[in-house]
Amino acid sequence: MMRILAWAAFLLGSLIFVAPLLGMTEFSLSMRRGVYSLDAYRSVLADPQFQETFLYSVVMALFTIVFGVMLVVPTAYWVRLRMPGLRPVVEFLTLLPLVIPAIVLVFGYIRLYNTSSFLPLTGSATGTNILLMFGYATLSLPYMYRAVDTGLRTIDVGTLTEAAQSLGAGWVTILARVILPNILVAVLSGAFLTFAIVMGEFTMAALLNRPAFGPYLQIVGANKAYEPAALAVIAFGITWACMGLIQLVTRLSPHMRASR
Amino acid sequence: MTAYLEISRLEKSFGTVRVVRDFTLAIDRGEFVSLLGPSGCGKTTVLRIIAGFEALTGGAIRIEAQDVTRLRPSQRNIGMVFQSYALFPNLTVAQNVGFGLRVKGAPRGEIDARVAEMLALIGLPDLGSRYPYQLSGGQQQRVALARALAPRPRMLLLDEPLSALDAKVRVSLRNEIRAIQRELGITTIFVTHDQEEALSMSDRIVVMNGGIAEQVGTPFEVYNRPATRFVANFVGSLNTFEARVEDPAAGRVAVAGTALQLAGPLDAARGAALGLALRPEAVHLGRQPGREIVLPGRIEEVAFHGSVIRLRVAAGGAQVALDTFNRPDTPPPPIGASTEISFSARDVIVLGA
Repeated sequence: MMRILAWAAFLLGSLIFVAPLLGMTEFSLSMRRGVYSLDAYRSVLADPQFQETFLYSVVMALFTIVFGVMLVVPTAYWVRLRMPGLRPVVEFLTLLPLVIPAIVLVFGYIRLYNTSSFLPLTGSATGTNILLMFGYATLSLPYMYRAVDTGLRTIDVGTLTEAAQSLGAGWVTILARVILPNILVAVLSGAFLTFAIVMGEFTMAALLNRPAFGPYLQIVGANKAYEPAALAVIAFGITWACMGLIQLVTRLSPHMRASR
Repeated sequence: MTAYLEISRLEKSFGTVRVVRDFTLAIDRGEFVSLLGPSGCGKTTVLRIIAGFEALTGGAIRIEAQDVTRLRPSQRNIGMVFQSYALFPNLTVAQNVGFGLRVKGAPRGEIDARVAEMLALIGLPDLGSRYPYQLSGGQQQRVALARALAPRPRMLLLDEPLSALDAKVRVSLRNEIRAIQRELGITTIFVTHDQEEALSMSDRIVVMNGGIAEQVGTPFEVYNRPATRFVANFVGSLNTFEARVEDPAAGRVAVAGTALQLAGPLDAARGAALGLALRPEAVHLGRQPGREIVLPGRIEEVAFHGSVIRLRVAAGGAQVALDTFNRPDTPPPPIGASTEISFSARDVIVLGA
C-alpha cells in the first residue's frame, strides 16, 4: 500500500513539474500556425538585443562567480578552521539576502554609492557594473556559502591544512592546491546556482539600468507571444546544462569517485 | 654538547586548564623518542607545539640551537605524519609525496627522482599513479610517511600513526617505520598511548601524565625501574602489594603478615605503609632456584594466550598475575588448586606510599 502511495505521490509530483514544461515547450514551437516550428527560437536568437543582453549577463555571471568564490571559500574555510564558534553568526548573515528583498538592497546601494557619495560607483558604466556584480554576489550568497560549507564538511579541513603547512605550504597554496580542488564539486554547485540567479535577475539590473538578460526577458514577455516561451525553454536548458556539467565534473575527477 | 632538539620549560594552557606543565626534554640527533601516556596527558599537545600548530604559553623550543618557538609551521621544516593519514585526496600518491618539494619550487627532475626514491623506500614503487582512496590503510600511512620525509625535514613527528590500523598491519608497519628511521638517521618523536609500541620502537620514552613528564628513560629503565607509581602502573602489567615497613635500614617489610627481605634499605619510616610491585614475568609458580621469597597461594584464574599462560593467584593478600610459558606436555594447573609462588627481592619495585 505504502509503495503504491509513494508511486502516486511521485507521479503527481512529476505531472505538476513536467506538464507546464511540456505545455510551454509545445507553445514555443507553435508560432507557425498548424505546424511545429523553431520560428520563435529563430526570432529570439536573431534578435541583436538577445545576443547583447545574454552575453552581458553571462560575463556578469562569470565575474560574480569568481568574486563569490574568492569571497566565500576563504571565509567559510577560515570560519571552519579557526572560528567555529562564529559559524551560526556567519550562517545568519549569509541568509539575510533571502529575507531582504532585492529592491531594498539595490536602493541601499544607490543611496550609498551614488554620484554624490564618497564612492560614486554609479557615476560610470564600469562602476555600475561592479555595483551590480556585488549585488548579484549578495543575492547568491546563501546558496554559494551553503554549497561551499557543505563541501568543507566532507573533508578534514584542519588536518589537511596542518599536513600542507608541515610540508611548507602557505595559506594561498593550501587554499588553491588542497582545499579548493577537494571541494570543487560543491563550489561548482554554488557557481551554477549563481549563474542561474544572475541570468534571471531583473530588479537590480533594471534599477541600475544595465542591459542584462532579466530586463530583456521582461520586455519580450510584455510585448511578444511565442518568444518568451522560447526564451524560458532556453533558460531552462541552460540550467539543465549546468546541472549536467556538475555531474560531468564529478565523473571526470578521479579522486571524487571515492566519495560516491 | 648541545642537544639536537631542546624543549625548555614548555607551558600550555587552554583557558584555565594547564595541559602541559614545565615540560623539558633534550633529544639527540637521530634519536627515536616516544611520548607515551593516557588520553589527555598532553603528549599530542607537546607534539603539536613542536610542529608549530599550537602556540605555547611559556617556554622555548630550539632545533640545532636555532630558536623556532615563533616560527610558523611552514617555516620549521619538520615532517609530520598524522593518525588519519591526511593524504590530499585530489592528488595521486606520487603528487602527494612530491607536494613538499613542489611547494619549495624544486625542479621537476629532482621531484621525480625523490618521489621514486621515497616510494622505493616505503616498498610501494609501482603505486605512484594511484589515488589515496585506492590504497589500504597501511599503504596510505606509508605514503604519508614518504610524503613527510620527501622534503628532507630536520626531524619527523609521528602522531599516533598506527592507531587507525588493524593489529597485524600495526606490528609490521612499526617495524618498517623504525627501520626507515634508522636508515635515514632522522630525529623522530613518536606519540602513542600504546606501551608496546613505545617499548619496542624507542631509544627513549617520555611517560607523561597530567601535562608533566613523569619519567624519561630507555624502555629498559622505564619498564624495570619506574620512577613513579603512575609509570609503574601505566607501563606493562603489574602486581601490587601493600606492605608495612618493619626495618627500613635492613630493607625488611611485611606483606599480609609475611616478612619479606628486600634487596636494599628503604627510604621510609618504621611502620609506614609502602607499595610494592612485581611484573608478572618476575613471579614464578612453585619454588624456583634464585627466587628466595615464597608465598602460599591458590589458583583463581587460568587464561590461555597461546605461547603464554597467564595465571591469577590469590597470595599475600593480593591477586597476583603471573605468566608461564606453554608446554604441550604440561597442562596448566586447575582453578582452586593450592600452590606457591616465588620471586626474587631484586625484582620487587618499591612504589612508595
